[in-house]
Amino acid sequence: MTPELLEDGAKRLAEYKAKHNVTEDIAQSGGQAASFARVVQPNIVDVSAGGILYVDEITVSFDGFRALNKLSLDVRVGELRCIIGPNGAGKTTMMDVITGKTKPDSGKAFFGSNIDLLRLRESEIAERGIGRKFQKPTVFEQLSVFENLELAAKTDRRVRHTIFAKLTPSELDQLHATMKLIHLAGDGARVAGTLSHGQKQWLEIGMLLMQNPKLLLLDEPVAGMTDEETERTAELFLSLEGKHSLVVVEHDMKFIGELVNGGQREKKKIVTVLHEGSVLAEGSLADVQSNERVIEVYLGR
Amino acid sequence: MSTTATLTTTATPSALFDNRVRIGLAVALAIVFAVVPFLPDFYVTLLGKIMCFAICALAMDLIWGYTGILSLGHGLFFALGGYAMGMYLMRQIGRDGVYKSDLPDFMVFLDWKQLPWHWTGSEYFLWTMILVVALPGVLAFVFGYFAFRSRIKGVYFSIITQALTFAAMLLFFRNETGFGGNNGFTDFKRILDIPIATPSMRISLCVITGLVLIAFYLIARYIVQSKYGRVLQAIRDAESRVLFTGYNTLWYKLSIWTISAMMCGVAGALYVPQVGIINPGEMSPAASIEIAIWAAVGGRATLIGPILGAFFVNGAKSWFTVAFPEYWLYFLGALFIAVTLFLPQGIIGLLRKLRGLRNGAKA
Ligand SMILES: Nc1ncnc2c1ncn2[C@@H]1O[C@H](COP(=O)(O)OP(=O)(O)O)[C@@H](O)[C@H]1O
Ligand SMILES: [Mg+2]
Repeated sequence: MTPELLEDGAKRLAEYKAKHNVTEDIAQSGGQAASFARVVQPNIVDVSAGGILYVDEITVSFDGFRALNKLSLDVRVGELRCIIGPNGAGKTTMMDVITGKTKPDSGKAFFGSNIDLLRLRESEIAERGIGRKFQKPTVFEQLSVFENLELAAKTDRRVRHTIFAKLTPSELDQLHATMKLIHLAGDGARVAGTLSHGQKQWLEIGMLLMQNPKLLLLDEPVAGMTDEETERTAELFLSLEGKHSLVVVEHDMKFIGELVNGGQREKKKIVTVLHEGSVLAEGSLADVQSNERVIEVYLGR
Repeated sequence: MSTTATLTTTATPSALFDNRVRIGLAVALAIVFAVVPFLPDFYVTLLGKIMCFAICALAMDLIWGYTGILSLGHGLFFALGGYAMGMYLMRQIGRDGVYKSDLPDFMVFLDWKQLPWHWTGSEYFLWTMILVVALPGVLAFVFGYFAFRSRIKGVYFSIITQALTFAAMLLFFRNETGFGGNNGFTDFKRILDIPIATPSMRISLCVITGLVLIAFYLIARYIVQSKYGRVLQAIRDAESRVLFTGYNTLWYKLSIWTISAMMCGVAGALYVPQVGIINPGEMSPAASIEIAIWAAVGGRATLIGPILGAFFVNGAKSWFTVAFPEYWLYFLGALFIAVTLFLPQGIIGLLRKLRGLRNGAKA
């Protein structure tokens, strides 16, 4: 431990003792005072170990069929991870497990080093900072673009708050900034159901950004987009890199190429290949593209 | 200033009282206070009754039109409010019943010697007012909690609400339950010690019903225009998106479900003194389905639509049952099918389309 950290810890201990009026050692083990070096708050993701997502040997079966088979995956803070794999490989199921929609038969899933995802409901996981985009774009069709984004904004989401809630100026600013970012600046009043497929994808991405999540899971985000829209989306994701951690599932290899080669090149990005519910290969794009087993099951077809 | 300017360009809802609402309110209040007192008796009762139904349709709109949860059990909540009021009215009869007893006639007839426990306090008007909202409210809350927590949705939810009201009807049919069996409660004499079968009482009840309807409309309008109301609509459009955005939808569904049930309870309590009877027929499956039909005919998710729907369908019903009673159910069925197929937005949708055509013709 570095001296600064030790000093920090001593200061926190003194503050804690002062606040709670304790004089003697309040927690100890083997005759030594417990360490106050780092205070972990139960609902706030702890990424001090460098990882934002740990998936460990997750197995999910549907009526005996193993959609995920001892799948393990680690994602670092600020990473942009691409996941590829043929249809039915289990990519969507993996996201279902991480976001609490599907409970696995066995395995572990942690958000940071402290939040056990398998113990939480969907809404609680979202509240802790994991945002998810569905494979099929899912927006509130009968509400306006503006209202869609408003509902996604990160505020108190309990009934007793929303019944009296008013948009705050800072939310409004964030809303307008997001509309610009997703290229829907002039379409605030439009009913979301009238947007094109690609625009709905963007709106959903915008809703994720309004949530201000620490980890974004994006399931085939450019499906149904034109080439131009796809390029703009790649730019958008690259601009998020570093500020958020991203896990992108995609089929479109051109898009994956843009993600991997664009942005902060010096960080070599890892691509994970899923097949039949587990990791087939992991490494740089060039590595996995030249991996024989990958070529066999996926790329070569 | 700039904030309001941005807001007006972005389809956030209009104010609680915009001009159309002000005019509508003025007309509604004028009808309630200036027209009702001069209507013939028959029409006062008919209007009062239909306004009670309109409250149910409004309640149905909140849960079905806005939240996408079709209840086929709202007749039960209506009946519970009605029975709570009915118990009080039975006690108000005092010793003026056929058997000149302190007990309601049907209890004497069953040879009961004292009031059953659940009639405790039924002589107090205030307690009755509490029961009118608490009975449907508590039942809806408990039932809704388990149903929504188990993620029962769509047609499954509709079916179990229908089963619930059917079970309740069978229970209330039994004499042992202590609610007058299949005859229910009737022959009311007084309310708040004032004789009930007088023109002035009829007018008062009708006026009160009108005011309650207006108040509920405004509450409902506030609800659907709030962020809470937009979360409800979001649940209707894509519940999973709402969940993954971090809202625990259980509490949203449960709260609006309970509010909707309590509104129906109030409607039932206003209905019973006006029509002079409550019996288990109000819990028949058809009664609950009719509430949904009023909302659909008027136009779901419009608030004013279901109110108009209740007026239109029940107005037609009272005319049919005089002119050709045997055809009423055929008409109702045909109306429902026609609305489902051709007018998914109901009467309001039709009016909007006509206005669009007229504006189009002008341009
Ligand atoms: N709810 C479910 N019930 C039964 N089988 C399912 C269910 N969800 C997914 N599966 C199966 O699990 C496998 C993995 O699906 P999925 O995760 O959607 O794959 P991917 O997103 O990689 O295309 C598929 O074979 C699919 O049919
Ligand atoms: Mg998939």
